[in-house]
Amino acid sequence: MANTAAVRTRRGGGIRRGEARAGWLFVAPAVVITLVFLVIPIMLALWVSFSDWNGFQSPLNPRVNFVGLENYAAITVDSGLDQKNFGISVRNNLYYVLFVVPLQTIIALLLAVQVNRAVLRGRGYFRTAFYFPSVTSTVAIVIVFQFLFTASGAVNAVIGAFGIDGPDWFNDSTGVFHGLLSVVGITQPSGLLAEPGFLGISGWEWLAGPSVAMSSLIMLAIFTTSGTFMLLFLAALQSIGAEIDEAALMDGAGPARKFFSITIPMLRPTLFTVLTLGLIGSWQVFDQIYVLGGTSAGGTISTPAYLAYRSSFVDLEWGQGAAIAFILFIFIIVLTLLQRWALAERGPRRARKKAGLL
Amino acid sequence: MRTSQWSAVALAAGLVVTLAACAPAEEGGDVQTGQDLTILIGSSGEAETTAVQAAADAWATETGNTVEVIAASDLVQQLGQGFSGNNPPDLFYMPWDQFQTYAAQGFLEPYADDLANTADFLPALRDQFSYDGQFYCAPKDFSTLGLQINLDAWEAAGLTDADIPTDWDQLATVAAALTTPDQVGLSMGREYARVGVFMNQAGGTLVDGATAVADSAENAEALDYLQGLIADGSLKFPQELEAGWGGEAFGLGKAAMVIEGPWINGAMRNDFPDRKFISVELPAGPGGPSTFAFSNCWGMPVGSETRDATLDLIEFLTSDEQQLAFAEAFGVIPSTESGSAAYAAQFPENAAFVAGVASAVSPVAFSGAAAALADFNTQLEQIGSADPSALLNSLQVNLQAALDEANG
Repeated sequence: MANTAAVRTRRGGGIRRGEARAGWLFVAPAVVITLVFLVIPIMLALWVSFSDWNGFQSPLNPRVNFVGLENYAAITVDSGLDQKNFGISVRNNLYYVLFVVPLQTIIALLLAVQVNRAVLRGRGYFRTAFYFPSVTSTVAIVIVFQFLFTASGAVNAVIGAFGIDGPDWFNDSTGVFHGLLSVVGITQPSGLLAEPGFLGISGWEWLAGPSVAMSSLIMLAIFTTSGTFMLLFLAALQSIGAEIDEAALMDGAGPARKFFSITIPMLRPTLFTVLTLGLIGSWQVFDQIYVLGGTSAGGTISTPAYLAYRSSFVDLEWGQGAAIAFILFIFIIVLTLLQRWALAERGPRRARKKAGLL
Repeated sequence: MRTSQWSAVALAAGLVVTLAACAPAEEGGDVQTGQDLTILIGSSGEAETTAVQAAADAWATETGNTVEVIAASDLVQQLGQGFSGNNPPDLFYMPWDQFQTYAAQGFLEPYADDLANTADFLPALRDQFSYDGQFYCAPKDFSTLGLQINLDAWEAAGLTDADIPTDWDQLATVAAALTTPDQVGLSMGREYARVGVFMNQAGGTLVDGATAVADSAENAEALDYLQGLIADGSLKFPQELEAGWGGEAFGLGKAAMVIEGPWINGAMRNDFPDRKFISVELPAGPGGPSTFAFSNCWGMPVGSETRDATLDLIEFLTSDEQQLAFAEAFGVIPSTESGSAAYAAQFPENAAFVAGVASAVSPVAFSGAAAALADFNTQLEQIGSADPSALLNSLQVNLQAALDEANG
């Protein structure tokens, strides 16, 4: 309390008097916009996730009751269809993230390094070409991919030329790992793996891997987002001074050594940005799924974001939809914090972190 | 401290603004004329939108109101948005599979008994749009499922009128006869709305009162029969034929027979005008003949402020005259006894769909059933290889859970 009083005295008098009020006035538009379009909707959604609102009139009307954690329980602990759908969607999305985030980061980095080379002819052309999918609407790309990946489409025609009988990509619900296991003769789970496990999904189902349909979407995501992240890496690469390259050369570092010991560490802040954006974006994947109908391919392309939409608008279970959204929100925050911790610089170089590099 | 006070004030102010926006707008004045009504429809295409707009305009001119017809791109989503924003359309298509859910949640005005023509509707459709014993909304039109036969393929296979299948064995025989390397004998959507017909024909059903009976021997027999057709190679689903739906597979010549409703006429006329085909009644199963009746009703939001004007509009839209005009424009069957009889006389090629009414039942659609049936549709992707009783067992569990919830 004393502390506050001290602050007040300092603010209140002298030449800086009235500054605080002016400050508030200047930030007021931004604060109001944030409140109306961000804070209040989030608060309302939080309320909806604890209520039995059915989507009729305002969520604050008197007929809506507080139901505590019922909505959260229905999708996480109460066994039933809601729990199963949520579990499946989490599994699908988990594999999506596991494949998309590392692959798109590596490809973006490699592309950036290539188009950054001074000796490359037509650099401008390649930079534009790689960036192009990022500025195209995902919906348009999904529709093009649907044609490419039909059972008699271009992709199957190409792999057919090598004597491989391609799958019906977007309709194939076989898990990739299950497919691999069946090659060695394992087609059925045994013992514990067959029992319903976490979120009502058996261990065998958790280990299914992304379905063939989901794998097509993984390729699509890598195709569309690598260009964006290439641009971020490119900007960072160009800020690495030529003198550092020269110094590495003088120390006798080869191209590989230079890449791993100079370029990657210098790109660490960008790497953090790219991984964070990739992680958040992949956990929120929605438009591709919506365009494909969401429930096709044996439910193996459904994601929590799509399920939140479907529960709310189609099944009128708005509370469950909001609960899914909040679980996803917490999940993303936890994963981002984990990733931040994993990428943090440690050991003797700690001082640099304090200097604000990360 | 100061910050939190300011935030609290701003939050409160914001809430007041939000709440004010949510409060219903007061409207007074005459209920009969000068109303601006909005109709939200899930249109099958340009023809339907134009026909509904023309009918609405005719009524509007006559009564001195204005009506705007909006063709939804995603009807259920746009309805959900309208209701949650407290701004639902005055009149909308209420799909059969969502009706029970909307009625159970108290979204709909049970106006149907106040209509002058309330007694004219077909009994099966009255049942479909009744909730808790009350007839809620006027059926807009209806469709039943029939069997479409590609006449060129039929002749090529050396089949005659006498071979038109009337039971499951004959269906299997002709499907096998029609199957060639380029064409499958029979195709239909891989979903409850088609597969369920076979369950009913076997004498099965999904729900008996408050009990789910999905895992009955009859239902298993239906799935067994379909598995037999799949094993013979004479039944393939549109996905396997690279078609979006049964009608497309039929039009492309990839399937010689499909199970669809009267909407297939319009689709063939627009996309495959050269396809020569007939529609016949579905063959009967061991439990007798059965087909599904699908319908939309004209939904009205509960407590509608334009109730009187909208009721008048609905009476106009469901009159035999207007329904026959719709039938001509986009191929639906009138929902009234006299209207459907007139339709069968006027369009003899569609008489099979009208005849189906005698054995038509409504697909299971109680509040909460949609999720269980969506899961069943997903499970049906394995129908070629899975054990029928396993498919039905999971449906049984999910349906029973949904029933328990619906009945509190």
